[in-house]
Amino acid sequence: MKPARLVAIVFLALVGISALVPRLWTPDSYETQLREAPDAPPSARFPLGTDALGRDRMARLLYGTRVSLALAPAAALLSCVVAALVGGLAGWAGGWTERTVLASVDLFMSLPWLFLLLTVRAVLPLNVSPLTSLSITFALLGLLSWPASARVVRAAIHSLRDSDFMLQARASGVTPWRLISRQLIPNVMPVLLAQFWIAVPVFILAEATLGMLGLGVSEPLPSWGSMLRELEGGDLWSQPWIAAPAVLLAAVVGCFQLILPREDYSI
Amino acid sequence: MNHPVRPLVFLALVASSLNAGEIRLALHSEPKTLDPLVFADESAEAIRYLTEGVLIRINRLTQQPEPELAVSWKVSDSGKRVTFQLRKGVEYPDGSAFTSKDVVETFHKLFDPALHSPIADTFQTEKGAVAITAQGDYTVVANFPAPPSAFEHLFDQVAIVSHLAKQRPAPGLGPFLIGERVAGSHIVLKRNPKYWKHQADGQPLPRPDAIRLEFQQNRDLELARFQRGELDLIDTLTPDLYDRLAKDAPGRAFDAGPTTDAEFLWFNMAPQSPLAAYKKAWFQSQAFRRAISEAIQRADLSRIVYRGHASPAAGLVSPANKQWFDAKLSPEAFQPADAAKRLADAGFKLHGSVLSDAAGHEVEFSIITNAGSKTRERMAAMIQQDLAKLGIKINIVTLEFPSLIERITRTLDYETCLLGLVNIDIDPSGLMNVLLSSAGNHPWNPSQKTPATAWEAEIDRLMLAQAASSDAAARKKSFDRVQEILREQSPMVFLLHPNSLSAISSRFPGAKPSPFFPHTFWDAEHLTAAAGK
Repeated sequence: MKPARLVAIVFLALVGISALVPRLWTPDSYETQLREAPDAPPSARFPLGTDALGRDRMARLLYGTRVSLALAPAAALLSCVVAALVGGLAGWAGGWTERTVLASVDLFMSLPWLFLLLTVRAVLPLNVSPLTSLSITFALLGLLSWPASARVVRAAIHSLRDSDFMLQARASGVTPWRLISRQLIPNVMPVLLAQFWIAVPVFILAEATLGMLGLGVSEPLPSWGSMLRELEGGDLWSQPWIAAPAVLLAAVVGCFQLILPREDYSI
Repeated sequence: MNHPVRPLVFLALVASSLNAGEIRLALHSEPKTLDPLVFADESAEAIRYLTEGVLIRINRLTQQPEPELAVSWKVSDSGKRVTFQLRKGVEYPDGSAFTSKDVVETFHKLFDPALHSPIADTFQTEKGAVAITAQGDYTVVANFPAPPSAFEHLFDQVAIVSHLAKQRPAPGLGPFLIGERVAGSHIVLKRNPKYWKHQADGQPLPRPDAIRLEFQQNRDLELARFQRGELDLIDTLTPDLYDRLAKDAPGRAFDAGPTTDAEFLWFNMAPQSPLAAYKKAWFQSQAFRRAISEAIQRADLSRIVYRGHASPAAGLVSPANKQWFDAKLSPEAFQPADAAKRLADAGFKLHGSVLSDAAGHEVEFSIITNAGSKTRERMAAMIQQDLAKLGIKINIVTLEFPSLIERITRTLDYETCLLGLVNIDIDPSGLMNVLLSSAGNHPWNPSQKTPATAWEAEIDRLMLAQAASSDAAARKKSFDRVQEILREQSPMVFLLHPNSLSAISSRFPGAKPSPFFPHTFWDAEHLTAAAGK
């Protein structure tokens, strides 16, 4: 195993364990406001300082990691599943089915999905827990973000369907179901994985952006997205530690890229 | 050979370059309407202030009334009649003369019930509406059914539109005209060549050639653009951005002290709201409302959220409003033990860390506020922690503004709301559209046909009485009692009065920030760009 992959695995394991057991690093809760110490700089007790309300940034980062690393991949998975079904149908069936599905995908991509999200938030009951509200947001992101991936999947399956080995398998009398499960899915999986890993950071950032519209995580629950919002208006020169969520996001996404075999990304 | 005209041309060019200059500032939203007779939002108000003429202007620095389109006014008939002498020689940009016909027609349009103008509401008294009539071309008489209170403030907000105007907005009598409007981007106001005011030396006003109003919702970007020199003024800064600017450029950040604005939380007490009956019962309980008020640490809100640039509120009226503030009131002290006792006396029980009402319903409710406001989100988070100590669970919901307005004004599908009030008018009559139970903007139970409670009926009576009185002492007594009732009943939990925080670039050294809106460009017509800047 390459050293870089090993380091990435160790790092991701460390992040995962820290997110599951934040008390390993900090005794404080993510919601406790220490009002005598707002915006405190890093110290032995608060390695990343405190936020504007005096809450331990390290605790919030670790709990936020738990939320974001659970929900963003779940939303990405949902998006990829829908993309695989829709794109797969279009690429495999071809003809008028493909044209109809592609037209539907184009139509879906042109919809002002932001207004749909706003409408959903407006009709949601007010007394829902922050976690439920956030889960709904990520589920919506997953359900609305599949069209671009569906196009990629369609192109991949279209190419696979007409390939020589598929032709040979078909000529040998392999049943369609076996053709799909043994030949098509394993070959299209790298494409789906690539789409998945692209979607994870996009969804994390989308949650931060949606916070501006009231669709993100609500207080006091932290998420990477809500912590990234601190960068907006924050003074990075005098408080460089507020960039910790961005650094962690980049590191986690980078490590995930490292542990995946690069050759897996080509069809 | 030197031409004799050349020096004159040169001098004219120098003079023009000294007067020249564009003031650039940002509005935080696009105005919903530019109709000067309808107060829609702060952006529309800013444009109205800069483009329209009024009979009397309240000086934002001295708070004293100054003659504008009315050169003088006389009060008679036991204070019920005000006779205005209008300024002669004033012209609208289309060349038509300003006369009493314009004033009468303006008020006729303003009082049209179909217009639904909140400005018209402020002229309302318990005995009826004002009648405006002309006596010749340059005399206007305002006949009030009862002696009006602080009528100067009322007339400061009425833009006098031309009776010949076929639509609104039409070019008005203010120092600037709407020159260019690009939806979603900016509005450019150009100088009004027919503006009637002149400087002491006879030079025409306004001094600036134009005012460029960019639509910039993001306040961080607004500050970045100010620091890059792309904007000249920031009318309101958030406390964190103020502190940052004060650190980077101390001479450009201004704290003009407490404003008359107020931040508050109110309960949905409307009987027709779709809330569960037991929640309506909580919010309609005086003990419950008072307990919530006593359990909030206002000093912490001021110190942490506003970084000390705000004062804990005793009521709707800020101590900055020295004339009308009830000095007997002080900010509600943080008394969690008293709050807990009050709740216990009202039948609420604490089971472990969860408060329940007498019927066993756990006390949990939501606070809605507008998305994107860091200060309100932080205040809500602090209130959430304060109330958790009483066993009350709070869910914070941030909504984009149209959804929020829909809930608080139409569907009434909300529990509590955290918002602020921008008090432009310091006179109590300016609060009629908030405090009268029949008003559409009555926060906790809007548009009541008859007052739902005895104390609201008393507020109505006192507000209408003060509006109809010219006896300053009697008015003060009535309005003091209104403030005391609001405190006793706490339908609104008053939190803070933010300070006026603004920024002025070194290009405009003459700008004087005011605690009252508009804070930085209230004397825009006199602002001159510094030479070489």
